[in-house]
Order: sequence, then structure tokens, then C-alpha cells
Amino acid sequence: MKRIGIDVGGTNTDAVLVADGRVLGAVKAPTTPDVTAGIVAALHRLRDRVPDSASADAVLIGTTHFVNSVVQRRNLTPVAAIRIGLPATASLPPFCDWPTDLAELVRGGVWAVEGGHDYDGRPFMPLDTAAVRQAGREIRERGLRDVAVTAMFSPLIDTDEETAAAILREEVPGVRITCSHHLGGIGLLERENAALLNAALIPLAEATVRGFATAMAEIGLAAPLYITQNDGTVAEAARAAAVPVYSFASGPTNSMRGAAFLSGLQDAIVADLGGTTADFGHLRRGFPREANAVVHVGGVRTLFRMPDLISIGLGGGSLVDPAGSHGGPVVGPTSVGYRLTEEALVFGGNQLTATDIGVAAGLAEIGDRSRVARLDPALVAGVLARARAMIEEQVDRMKTEAGDVVLLAVGGGAFLVPDRLEGVARVLRVAHGDCANAVGAAIAQVSGEVDQVFRDLSRAEAIARAQALAGERAVEAGADPATLSLVEAEDIPIAYLPGNAMRVRAKVVGDIAAVTEPRR
Amino acid sequence: MRALDAEDIEALAVGAWILGTGGGGSPYHGLLNLRRLYAEGARVSLLDPEELDDGDEIAVVSMMGAPLVILERLVDSRQIARAVTMMEEYRGRRFRAVMAIEIGGGNGMQPLMAAAHLGIPVVDADAMGRAYPEAQMTSFAVGGLEPAPLTSVDPRGNEVVVARAAGWKWMERTSRKVCTEFGSLAATCKAPRLGSEVRRWGVLRTTSQAIRLGRAVRLANRRHQNPIEAVLAAENGIRLFGGKIVEVERRTTEGFLRGRTLVEGLNEDAGSRAEIAFQNEWVVVWRDGVPIVSTPDLICVLDGDTGEAIGTETIRYGQRVVVVALPSPPVFLSERGLSLVGPRAFGYDIDFRSVFGASPSESAA
Repeated sequence: MKRIGIDVGGTNTDAVLVADGRVLGAVKAPTTPDVTAGIVAALHRLRDRVPDSASADAVLIGTTHFVNSVVQRRNLTPVAAIRIGLPATASLPPFCDWPTDLAELVRGGVWAVEGGHDYDGRPFMPLDTAAVRQAGREIRERGLRDVAVTAMFSPLIDTDEETAAAILREEVPGVRITCSHHLGGIGLLERENAALLNAALIPLAEATVRGFATAMAEIGLAAPLYITQNDGTVAEAARAAAVPVYSFASGPTNSMRGAAFLSGLQDAIVADLGGTTADFGHLRRGFPREANAVVHVGGVRTLFRMPDLISIGLGGGSLVDPAGSHGGPVVGPTSVGYRLTEEALVFGGNQLTATDIGVAAGLAEIGDRSRVARLDPALVAGVLARARAMIEEQVDRMKTEAGDVVLLAVGGGAFLVPDRLEGVARVLRVAHGDCANAVGAAIAQVSGEVDQVFRDLSRAEAIARAQALAGERAVEAGADPATLSLVEAEDIPIAYLPGNAMRVRAKVVGDIAAVTEPRR
Repeated sequence: MRALDAEDIEALAVGAWILGTGGGGSPYHGLLNLRRLYAEGARVSLLDPEELDDGDEIAVVSMMGAPLVILERLVDSRQIARAVTMMEEYRGRRFRAVMAIEIGGGNGMQPLMAAAHLGIPVVDADAMGRAYPEAQMTSFAVGGLEPAPLTSVDPRGNEVVVARAAGWKWMERTSRKVCTEFGSLAATCKAPRLGSEVRRWGVLRTTSQAIRLGRAVRLANRRHQNPIEAVLAAENGIRLFGGKIVEVERRTTEGFLRGRTLVEGLNEDAGSRAEIAFQNEWVVVWRDGVPIVSTPDLICVLDGDTGEAIGTETIRYGQRVVVVALPSPPVFLSERGLSLVGPRAFGYDIDFRSVFGASPSESAA
């Protein structure tokens, strides 16, 4: 199977062709504001490099376009919020913990109705279908087309959200609906927030995916198109356009997955050092470990599958303060960012950056080395020692158990990672490390997930049941049943609930099933 | 009596979480409710216990149930207010003020929500000075006060009065059963207390203590100072151990979250290990196998960077923590107090020795 992986970054659009476990070609083109032109340019370059890429079996695109849109408050659509949970939940309505500026952009209207379930699956209140219908009429009258539906305990029982969605489709022609149970687990406010963000991004996501399809048509590629997700798996493009929040962290995820593929390692800590930040993550069985915690996106508390990442202000463009504050020099968190090639000493600028230190130490070969020849060797050693201590601390934080780990160092700032580190058995640097993102996209698989409360079962029984359910979902999403494997299972006992309750999360992945009939 | 401002509310949420000693549930929903009530113009006043007349009647409130259910049903400020008015209807008398049964965690915010709706003040006191897992683990139980009546409210219009109970354990059992039927969450108003009872048996000035703690942490963070030092200075605390979480083990038994976590020492504690046992809240800490602190001393596990509390449900590998002890309310240091909340009440066969010096019961022995 030949696959094209594309990473649409803030600066560059990278494209690679991967076949039979090897990278056959890698190219870069500048990212364009419309995204499409940059992809077309990258695909042209890839075809020039590897003519074979014209007959690729699949195109997999990773993009951080949607999360940037939230952070920058751009291209967001007003959303109708439907909360199913009265008479409970009334005093904390949708948007109650959003930053004001973002809420003003996204809040198209709020409707609360009776319904929802209890933790044990009993109905909390019967769903007030008349109220849902009335809300639908008002939504139509207000000209809203994007709706987020959130019901109490919907991750356990999704019927109220689905029934409400069916009524809304009858009442609001052309409505686009996000049901919260598709996005998150227990935690109504956080799950609702994810649904609201998702609904606000769907029009942009649909337009973006149309742009991707146009780009492929322009270049004459007929292969099916997939969009990569936060967890290192993919969704078919039309499906992915319905869940833009699932691509929020696909950039760092693809980078970690790509690093795993390029190194052949399944379990390692990955350090991705760019110009401004260093991202640290933990690969387990080839996938990033997920954060089991609240994640803030653009100031909004959310809870859905995201990789567990630590970012610190350390990269090639980090500014160096020789005086420092704690008796040694300080590096970062401020960075010259994309102005590195103008402002760093080695490029004739007058800012002392981590890159200048790397060049002076002989770790990096860029710019004009003579411009840093007179740097005090003690300062160079001091900055590298500081960077080393920062990296050691983050690596240690990412570990889930004691013992030495393998560290994969990728990204343009990876020269700051020394070959020997406390708590690290060895440091690996990989070929094509600068396009690890696109490689990560190219090798992505399909997944199915479960996050549910089980009662009166042994731990083993509950996990087995969760695994079977997750497998069914993966096949539904397009996985080849023969290739399914469990990549994550976690059980959390629940205090106070009777009946030995435990919450089980499980994730199963499989390869993309061969296409037997043409896809639309 | 003093009016609490918006900053007091923010500080209370931070401080109540610290006094939760690992449990008590997150104060986040309570904070959101109070922000909203304050934005709508409500203001809450804090009444010093000395300002109470002996005959004043005080409502004692808490949410009872599972933190998991709160994550979905959310906290609604009107529920706790309803538990109070229901008690007023049942007894045919109005309350002078409202107070918390436990200042630690989300329940530390509850009386403020009731007060905002009812227009009465909050008494600066509670009955635990922290969070404990069971209803009989209160200073009112230590004092042998009457455990009944109790009102229990469900948002669907189900309301139950437990009119009499043969003892505190019976009150816990009966009211827990009702709570389970309501979906493992209920707003409750506990047995009303007289002003004289609050002054004699309450744990006094714990709301202002939580606000003081929260303010110290928030101020230190704003000024980029050490928030742990701020906590110790604010409450005469003792720093016990600093390190990194290297193991967490949890299990649910009899409706409690039990388990232990291992902390590997860093900096001045390098080379040592601490083990912390918990039952919803932190119960005992051993350093290299030797018990160094146990309940009723308050054991707080704080984030080494922010000084904010870390709960037993959320603690995880790799976190940098500092273990701090704060003094226990004296009422729990008596023989009866220790029998209810000392290490043996949680199944640990060790003698309680306060890190703040000999306990009164020991010195009396």
C-alpha cells in the first residue's frame, strides 16, 4: 500500500510518500492562507520527486487549522446549545465558564429541556420532546444551522441526544448537529464545551475538506482522503469534517507517531524541539499516551481524547540571558520564533539564541559560525547545562514508572538534546526527523474507543467487554477486522457508587481496510 | 460580620480544596455558581461565631453523594437553598444563618450558595475543619449532639426528612440509602444547631481560614514567590516531605476510594521515600517505613509549583508534590475525637502523635 502523508503546518506544508514501511520521498512547500494551494504545490513537488506517488492508495492529511481558529477567534460559526438535564444543571448553563470574547462569538442561543439519565442507566427525567421541537422552531427562526446537543450521562446512554437530534433534523432544514456523546466522557460541562467548539468549527471544517478534495482533483489523485486525529488514527474526510475537535492536537501526535515509525520503536519518550517550544510526549505501543485530564483549548475547559503533552519554552530560537537569575544563564521561554534567520547572531543579527549556543558548541551547523567564535565557553557550557536540566525534568515528568527510557529527539531544535541524560538509557535521532509529522500522517490507523461505567463485573470481564465494544466501533469506522489490536485499557474504580462500579476506557486500532468499492 | 467580595470567593475555592486534604470533591462548580450569583448582584456576609446568640438557629448544609455524579448533574445553588427552606418548613422556624458541615472541598462552598439565595449570613465555622468521608466524623458527633432531623432534596421534587435516628451511624446509614435512591446525589440540611452549640462544638473560623490560605497561594503565584512557603506561613504548617509521585494504587471498597501512593524524595528529601495511605482523604504518611503523621492532623498534598491541592482521585505518576501538615482542630484530639477520626478509625493500628506536639489525650494519660 502506497500512502501520501501531508502535514499542513503554520509555515510549511510537508508531503511524504510511504510504501512498504519505507519513506520513498519527502518534500516541503510554503503553507498558503487558503491551505489548498500549498497542498497542490507540495503534491506537485512530490510527484516530481517520486512519479509513483500519482498512484497512491490513500492520502492522509494532518492539520492544526481548526485549533488555530479557536485560539485566534477566527472563522467560528454561532451555535445553538441544547442542554438536556432539567430540572438539574440549570444554574450552570452552556458557555458558563467560557472566556467572554469567545462566548460572544459562538453563543447563538441556549435552550434547556428536561431529560437525561443517572449513572446506573435509569432515566433521570423523560425527555421533553415537545420542548426540543419548540427549540428547533426557534433555532430555525433565528437562522441558526449549527447545534450542539448535550444530555446528562449521555456517554452511558445516548438515546436522549439521538432522539433530540432526530427531532431537530425534522424541524431545522440543513441543520448540522454535534452530539456530545460522540466527543467525550463523563464531565457534562467539559463534554458540552467540546461539543460547542466542534459545532462552531464544522462549517470551516467542511470548507477545508472541500478544499483538500479540490486540491486532489486538481492534481488528478483519485485515492480516498483521510484526516488525522488527536490519537494518531485517521477518519475518512467526510466523517472527520463532522468532528474538527478531534484534529486539535494532530500536529504533535503525528510528529510522535512519525518518530516511532522512523525509529522502529514502540515505547519511548519523544522530545520534539521546534523554534519556540519543546513538546514532550510518551509513546506506548506506538501511540501517544492520552491525557486523562481536563485540557484547556483557547481558554475553554474540555475533556476529550488528546495526547498527554508537556510543552515548555525551549527551542532553537529561545533567547539566552547570560546574567540569568539563579546563578546561571537562562534560556527561554521567550523566542525570536520565525525571525531566527534575521535576529540570531549566526545570521548577522544581535540576539543571542539557543541556536547560536549550539553552533558555538559544534552541535549545529547553520549560519556563520565565525560570528559566535568569541562567545565565552563557560557561557556556552552553562546554557547547554541549563537546557539539559530542563529536558531531564520534563522527560522524568512524562515517565509513568521508574527506570531508564529511550528518548527520541526530533525537530529543528533537537541539537539541544545531549546524547547522555539522567534517567535516559539512550538518545535516538532519526532520519527524516524534520518531516516526522507527514510520516506520522502517512502511517495512521483507524480506531474505536469506549469510555463507560461497568457494574457488578470483575475487572477482567469489564475490560474484555470494553475491548469488544471498541473493536466493533473501529470496524464501523473502516478498520480491517483482521488487524485489530488493543492499544489502551484503563480502569478507574469509582468511590461512593454501589455495585463495584468501575469506569473503563479502552482503545482498539486496526489498519485501514482495503477499499472494495469506490468511495464517494 | 463582614461582606465577602469576589476575590474572597476565588480564594475560598483554592483554600477549601487544600483543607479537603485530598477529598471533599472539587470546589469548581461551587465557584462557578458563586461567580454567577455575584455577577447578578448577590453578596454573602460572613458572621463570626461570637456574634451568634445562644438561641440562634443555624442550618448546617452539605451535598451528599458521589463526585462522579456531580460531574454530570452539576451543582445547582438553588438545591442547597431548598434543603434549608425545607428544614424551615418542617420545623416551622426560620434560620438565623447557615454553615458548612465540612469546609474541605466542594462542600466548603455550599453554605455561601444557600446564603446568596436566602439572604442570610454564613457562620464562619464548620464541623470538620477539613473533609472526612463519613457523617459521624464531625465535631458535633464528638460532642454527642442530636443527629436528627435531616432533610434530603432531589431536583425532581423528591424530598425526604429523616425525623429521628438512634445515633450518628444510623443517620449516616439512613440518609445514605435515601441519597443512593436519588441517584447518589442529594442536597442535605443536617440537624439544626443552636448558636451555643456552634460556639461549643463547632470548628471555628474555618471559612476565613480557607480564604486566608487561598489568598496566600494566589498572591504568591501572582508575585512568583513560593506558594508552599505561603501556605506554611499562613497556617503554621509544617513541611513534611517533597518529591515525585512514583506509584499510585487505588481500589473502591465499601463505597470508599482507598489506596496508597509512593513519593520519592527530591532535593533535601533525596534518598528517602514517603508512602501515603488514603480513604477518600489522606490518612497516614510513613517516611521510610516510619509513620510521621496521621489524621486528625491535616495532611495536604500540594502541587510543588502552584501550591494548589492535589486530590486522591487525580494524583498521578510524575507529579511534583510537597506534603504539608496543618494543625488539627483541638476537638478531634480528645479521646472521643480520636476514636472517631484517629488512625484506628481508618484501620491503621498506630498511635496518633501530632506533628505539632503531644495531643491532650496523651499528655493526660
